[in-house]
Amino acid sequence: MIQVILPAHLRNLAGVGDEISIEVPGQVTQRSILDALESSYPMLCGTIRDHVTQQRRPFLRFFACQEDLSHEPPDAPVPDAVSSGKEPFMIIGAIAGG
Amino acid sequence: MSVVRVLVGTRKGAFVLSSDGKRERWSISGPHFAGWEIYHLKGSPADPNRLYASQTSGWFGQVIQRSNDGGKTWETPGGGAPAAPGGMPAGDSNKFVYDTTPPGGRSLTTHQWYDGTQHPWEFKRVWHLEPSLTDPDAVYAGVEDAALFRTSDGGKSWHELSGLRGHGTGPRWQPGAGGMCLHTIILDPSNPQRIFVAISAAGAFRTDDGGATWRPINRGLHSQYIPEPSAEVGHCVHHLAMHPSRPGVLFMQKHWDVMRSDDAGDLWREVSGNLPTDFGFVIDVHAHEPETIYVVPIKSDSEHYPPDGKLRVYRSRSGGNEWEPLTNGLPQSDCYVNVLRDAMAVDSLDSCGVYFGTTGGQVYVSSDAGDRWAPIVRDLPPVLSVEVQTL
Repeated sequence: MIQVILPAHLRNLAGVGDEISIEVPGQVTQRSILDALESSYPMLCGTIRDHVTQQRRPFLRFFACQEDLSHEPPDAPVPDAVSSGKEPFMIIGAIAGG
Repeated sequence: MSVVRVLVGTRKGAFVLSSDGKRERWSISGPHFAGWEIYHLKGSPADPNRLYASQTSGWFGQVIQRSNDGGKTWETPGGGAPAAPGGMPAGDSNKFVYDTTPPGGRSLTTHQWYDGTQHPWEFKRVWHLEPSLTDPDAVYAGVEDAALFRTSDGGKSWHELSGLRGHGTGPRWQPGAGGMCLHTIILDPSNPQRIFVAISAAGAFRTDDGGATWRPINRGLHSQYIPEPSAEVGHCVHHLAMHPSRPGVLFMQKHWDVMRSDDAGDLWREVSGNLPTDFGFVIDVHAHEPETIYVVPIKSDSEHYPPDGKLRVYRSRSGGNEWEPLTNGLPQSDCYVNVLRDAMAVDSLDSCGVYFGTTGGQVYVSSDAGDRWAPIVRDLPPVLSVEVQTL
């Protein structure tokens, strides 16, 4: 199971807690994580990546294992610690206000 | 006993204000969708407990919300987990994808940018949701960049009525300061095939065939801020209003000028008359008196607050030209709020109630057609839209 942490607004939208667990079939990549996430929580479609282009929305980043994975190719494998469920895949909203 | 429900969209969530027919004591629920911009929410005339809301965010994009119980609970249409194990999600309730097919060989994919070059249409948000007059599952959505979408399945999926962008003038539309938005949708109750829309900054448009084909209805408008002041398109129309008993008569608050048409938009004439400034955003019509209209004059071009720091609604009982200021209960000094284009509405009780919200977070009500005003709430986030349901 893959652990995913969503920004607070998306947790509210999906009606989930701080961290969610999802089954990701096949190789674990950014794309397969987001596919599985959207499959379980269809209300998240379009809120993390564009419906058509599948591009990450500009004010969101993907972090894991203290690394910024935002610019990694979507089909590149994520770190082993994420695919083994030891570390969460974090979807982070840009800080705003200052 | 009648109940009035006021639906308020703000920069930081939605609020539902409820009262009995006296409109003196109010209960307030919200914020719903706290922290999100709620550009608009509106109830279905065919099923008043069916509400739709446009929830948007610079981070997370567009979400459509629907309520089946008058705003107590909400759902994203089709947003639940797939019914069948292994089934794929729909997740299309916020999927607004422009039709890029080229009818007539015309490209629908570019409009005029600020620098005069052509720019591709890019979906940003839904400004206005207009439920069908007869079908709770049918809703029109006016979006930025300007286009009209429709759902017939309660918001689960949307398709563009692309004849609007495709009729030929699209490449001459350009964004105003607020973006290039389709902000006004009026359905003709006497003719299901007729719809009016308005776009900043393109102008007003009408279809007479249910949205398949459209034509600009901007003759008589004069806008000195565009190269050809009487051009067919390019006018910054801020809002339109119509009385349902007289659908051929339209009122318009343009960037400057309050206008009137007696022939469904074929020709407009100015009715600004004695207003202290003819700039503003809102315009609305009394529920029972089709010649009684309301505006809130705003100082412009860059100030965007009431002249002299006095918040005044102006009422004309003659369909324009002669206006009277309505001030009783409204701040008459040091008031520097704005009233945005979708932030005024009327109820349909015998003594017509008029409502408006401000960028300072106040929502005001007058239960006597504007003679006296009182705040329902004073400290909401900046108000983007106000709609009223009379139940």
